[in-house]
Order: sequence, then structure tokens, then C-alpha cells
Amino acid sequence: MLRVDCLRSIYAELEKSLVVTIMGAVAAELQSLGHRANFFYLQHAMGLASSTGLGLALCLPDQKVIVLDGDGSLLMNLGSLSTMARYRPQNLVHIVFDNESLLSVGGFPTATGTGTDLEGIARAAGVPRVVTARDLESFKAAAIGGLQANELTTIIGKVEATGPAAYVTSLTLLENRFQFRRHIQSLKRL
Amino acid sequence: MGISHIAGNMPVSSPNSSLIYNALKECDIRLLSALPETWLVHLIRLAEQDPEMTLVRLAKEEEGVGISAGAHFAGVKSAMLMQNHGFLASINGIVSFTHLYKIPLLMLISYRGSFGERDPWQTQGGNVTEPLLRALGIPYCFLDGAETVKTRIRHAQTLADSSLQPVAVLLTRDLMWEE
Repeated sequence: MLRVDCLRSIYAELEKSLVVTIMGAVAAELQSLGHRANFFYLQHAMGLASSTGLGLALCLPDQKVIVLDGDGSLLMNLGSLSTMARYRPQNLVHIVFDNESLLSVGGFPTATGTGTDLEGIARAAGVPRVVTARDLESFKAAAIGGLQANELTTIIGKVEATGPAAYVTSLTLLENRFQFRRHIQSLKRL
Repeated sequence: MGISHIAGNMPVSSPNSSLIYNALKECDIRLLSALPETWLVHLIRLAEQDPEMTLVRLAKEEEGVGISAGAHFAGVKSAMLMQNHGFLASINGIVSFTHLYKIPLLMLISYRGSFGERDPWQTQGGNVTEPLLRALGIPYCFLDGAETVKTRIRHAQTLADSSLQPVAVLLTRDLMWEE
């Protein structure tokens, strides 16, 4: 399963949600499918995409929030799973693309490649719905199920360790950040 | 229960904790992320008992950087409540999120390990707190007397918002510890 195909399969859902991604391949591939004002790409601070999504979800309970995380980033902030599970916002869907690799820095294997089980960790942390998807059909079903469930959901998408040719895009970090906030302010005025 | 029992045996200033808490409320802070430490027990209990406040108890302080950024995007004013060692643990998040993306962030940091500190394990963190704040270019002030708590917190919050950067308020022994 390719991450970019996963993103394409749920793009219509992403367009309707507030989306926070990690850096690297996830950010570049989502932008290659089409940037939207409701997409924020955290191009550093590894580990904090899930915390950012938690802050958004707690402050905007009427908005669906989707975090596009990765195994390398989540392993840097496993405590985030316990904090998310503690408050379990029902509007938060946490998708972890697990390619068992720190792809953008040369493909060095992460601990999920040697047996660490993120599904098991998320479940044991107390996340109420945890799904592992290994093919596109089950990935899409899990994502849509998570959005409809009104229950904090973590989805582990097992994907191949391949990515885009380039990681730097034409969207500047600050432009993205201010556009994202303005977009949320415009939602609140509706 | 546990926390209030422990706090009951510790000379942490309850009136000054209330002053700080009320000052945060007057700045419209509606989300606090926190990791407990002795000096912060009353503040955390006040947040816990306040239905207007979202209290997020963290596993590690750096999470609070992301949570506050999310709150900022959502238009909610927030603050982090932590010990100076928690500030040390947050530095990558501060540099590669708050600074990189120009996010306002109000940090209330208990200044352990400075003059008067009896706990040996706090003392190294005390040594490096101000040098690190200066190295990171983070403006900071001290809360060291009841009469200035309200204005200093308000001014810190105002500066964080106008400058779109982290601002630190150091909670000192003189204010927090009644001994």
C-alpha cells in the first residue's frame, strides 16, 4: 500500500476536516494532491502533530480533526497517545502511516520494523478505537469509520517505504500557518 | 485526596497561586496544559475545579507546545504551566514549532533550583534557566511579589500575542513558597 494512494482515497474527507500533517513525505504528497486552506503541515517539531491535533480538537469540538502522523514521529512522542486517550476527543482521527522507516533521512529502520506494535501501544494507552489497515480498501473504510464513529480513533496504515522525489514545496511555512488560522476564523464566523 | 494532602504539608502559597490563576483568567486564558510539580499544585487544582478552563494534563511538557499551537489556531488563548525542567524538555518544540511558525505562547515556569533551593536535584536546572531563555531570545520576567502578579501576567500575554512568539513568566520562590 502506498501512502499517496491512501491520501488520495480519503482526500474528499480531508477537504472537509481540519488536517495536521507531519513533515517529510506526508506533507509533500498531500500537497501534490492539492493544498487546501484547512491543511497545516508541521514541517519540523517531530512528534507534535498529534499534540497539535489534540489542541485543535479540544478547542473546536464541532470540527472534525485529522492528524496524519508517521511511525518515526509518533515514536518520538508516545506519551501523546496517553494524553489523547485521557481526553479522547470524539472529533479526532489520528492516522499513523507506518513505513517502518525514517524515510526522508535515508530510510533507516524504526523500531516498528523490529517488532514494536503501534496498534498495541495505542490500545494499551487507552485509545478507544484502534485499527490497523494493510490495504487501500480497509484503510479508507477505517478512516471513514473513524470520522463517523464520534470516538477517538487511531488508524495504523502499513505503507511502503517510498516517497516523493522532493520534500520542499513552494508553500512557505508562515503562509501555510496564517492561512490555516484564518480559515478556522472564517469557519467560526459562519 | 492525594494532591491536596501533599500540598497541605507543603508551604506553597495558596493566596499567591489564586492571584496568578485569576490573572490568567482575566487574560482570557481558557486552556492550560500542565505537568504537576510541588509549586504548581494549587494552580492545577484551581484549573481542575474551574468549568471554564480546559486543563490538559501532559505526559511530557513538550506536548504542551503542540497543544497550545492547536489552541492558537482555534482562536483560544492558552498557557503552559510547568517546572523549569519541563521548559528544558520543551526546547525543540519551542524552536521548531513556536519560533519557526511564529506562534504566541505564554509559559509559566516555576523557577526551581535557584537561591534557597534545598533539593539537590533541582540545582542544575536552576543554573541554566535564564541563560537558555536568553540564548533562545525568549523575553522573560519574574513573578516575585503579589502586587505585580496581575500586570506582569497581562503584559506577558500581550507581548506573546503581539510578537507572535513565546514569552516566559518565571514563578519565584519569594512568591510561591511560604517559608
